[in-house]
Amino acid sequence: MFGFSRPQLIAFLAMLALIIVCPFVVYPVFLMRVLCMALFACAFNLMIGYVGLLSFGHAAFFGMGGYVTAWTMKVWHLDASIAILLGGVTGGVLGLCLGYLAIRRSGIYFAMITLALAQMVYFFCLEAPFTGGEDGIQQVPRGHLFGFIDLSNDMTMYALVACVFLGGFLLIHRIIHSPFGQVLKGIRENEPRTTSLGYRTDDYKLIAFMLSTSLTGIAGGTKALVFGIATLTDVNSSTSGEIVLTTLLGGLGTVFGPVMGSVVMVSMENYLAQFGAWVTVTQGVIFMFCVLAFRRGIIGEIGNFLKLKL
Amino acid sequence: MTDTILETAGLTREFSGFVAVDGVSLRVETGTIHALIGPNGAGKTTCFNLLTNFLTPTRGTIKFKGEDITGMKPAMVARRGLVRSFQISAVFPHLTALENVRLALQRARGASFDFWRPETALNVYNDRALELLHDVGLPDLGNAVVADLPYGQKRALEIATTLALDPEMMLLDEPTAGMAHGDVDTIVQLIKRIRKGRTILMVEHNLSVVEGLCDTITVLTRGRILAEGDYATVSKNPEVIAAYLGSSDA
Repeated sequence: MFGFSRPQLIAFLAMLALIIVCPFVVYPVFLMRVLCMALFACAFNLMIGYVGLLSFGHAAFFGMGGYVTAWTMKVWHLDASIAILLGGVTGGVLGLCLGYLAIRRSGIYFAMITLALAQMVYFFCLEAPFTGGEDGIQQVPRGHLFGFIDLSNDMTMYALVACVFLGGFLLIHRIIHSPFGQVLKGIRENEPRTTSLGYRTDDYKLIAFMLSTSLTGIAGGTKALVFGIATLTDVNSSTSGEIVLTTLLGGLGTVFGPVMGSVVMVSMENYLAQFGAWVTVTQGVIFMFCVLAFRRGIIGEIGNFLKLKL
Repeated sequence: MTDTILETAGLTREFSGFVAVDGVSLRVETGTIHALIGPNGAGKTTCFNLLTNFLTPTRGTIKFKGEDITGMKPAMVARRGLVRSFQISAVFPHLTALENVRLALQRARGASFDFWRPETALNVYNDRALELLHDVGLPDLGNAVVADLPYGQKRALEIATTLALDPEMMLLDEPTAGMAHGDVDTIVQLIKRIRKGRTILMVEHNLSVVEGLCDTITVLTRGRILAEGDYATVSKNPEVIAAYLGSSDA
């Protein structure tokens, strides 16, 4: 099913069960945050894990998706589904523009160009009138889904977020296990060789980048809707760094790694929030520990231990 | 009856003042195995990179099947039937052997932008991929992860992948480099088998390989053509002996 191997299917069903059971045990808003970040990390992982390109500017797509969803909800009073989709379209279009410029380089240069372009987006958001600058867009109504489902209830909203996450997760899985994904893996493994087989690798990388940024925009839009606010934090480079850390912690190039990474990172932010700046210090220490001791990330190490591809 | 499949005129590539390839005019005849030999730094690999447009020449033109391909994108050159291999073994290490070959066969469907289709859409190529693996002496290794294969088998796999495109002309960059003696022979036999209906241009260091295999040999030194002809002619050329073969006597 969906190209899942047997152990992956078991892991997926376990994740599905947790998604269904957890809101009855844990605070749903916290879980929604986890799921939004998880979708963001999965989309980011599509680039780093399967194309081998480290984007350091993914916050631009996350934040802009959030702004567009928030603005269209608040000002145009659109349906939630359309507002979230518009967030995705924003991510995709912005991804096309920035990706077109960045995709010509690889490695550290790609990371630097994406970072620079994302900073430009950040300053645009700081100055542009519709984003509300430092204040952000506040008091965004959650509105209705398909015109009749009221999303102001946390459990209803949670159901929507869970569906968006699962949809995105399965789409990414399909992308990875498609004829297109096969070429992407070829590019990751050996780009000159892929070129010599007659593939125009830039086209493949750009499309992958757009798919990744579209899903990132959807994740950003969903998050803005959950919290009713879109702020500069989500476009900031620190968010780009955080998503790199999240993916690395969970396991680069694994299907479930980014999800696990998000659970850990968001939990840390949530439960260590009382210690203020120590959150950042703790994250830094964990990052160093991760790089030094378990380079494959949590899921990567588990997979390696069990000799399974998770 | 011989006609030219690949022809260069005054091919030159400079790297900030250093001339790596200097006015090389090469003619490769259809259906032959043509070797490019020369000491280290003679510009053989640069020449290959120019021919497949991985590098753009500073001056000169390249014609493939009568068509000027100078400055074309490398992927487009490959699609016209001029496919190269690489000096360092160019495989996809974390894919299986079958997936390696299939990635080339997949070219037959045109561009693979269909990210919504399942991977099983590619299973139609499995039989042909296994056949190719069998041809290069790698039967039963379809599901092996390539990173785990020994070097000789990686080179064979690389040739299988190149063959999968069914190219009219193959450029092999040192197909036997770094190989054990037994493996060299396997590759030589393999090249003899696959030459049917194809033209092969190869860079080679191992002269015993060149001797038995190649119809024409071009000797390069310092980016220039020093001599050209069959093995007997070239190996007797005093300049060649001095520049290349002589080094082993010293």
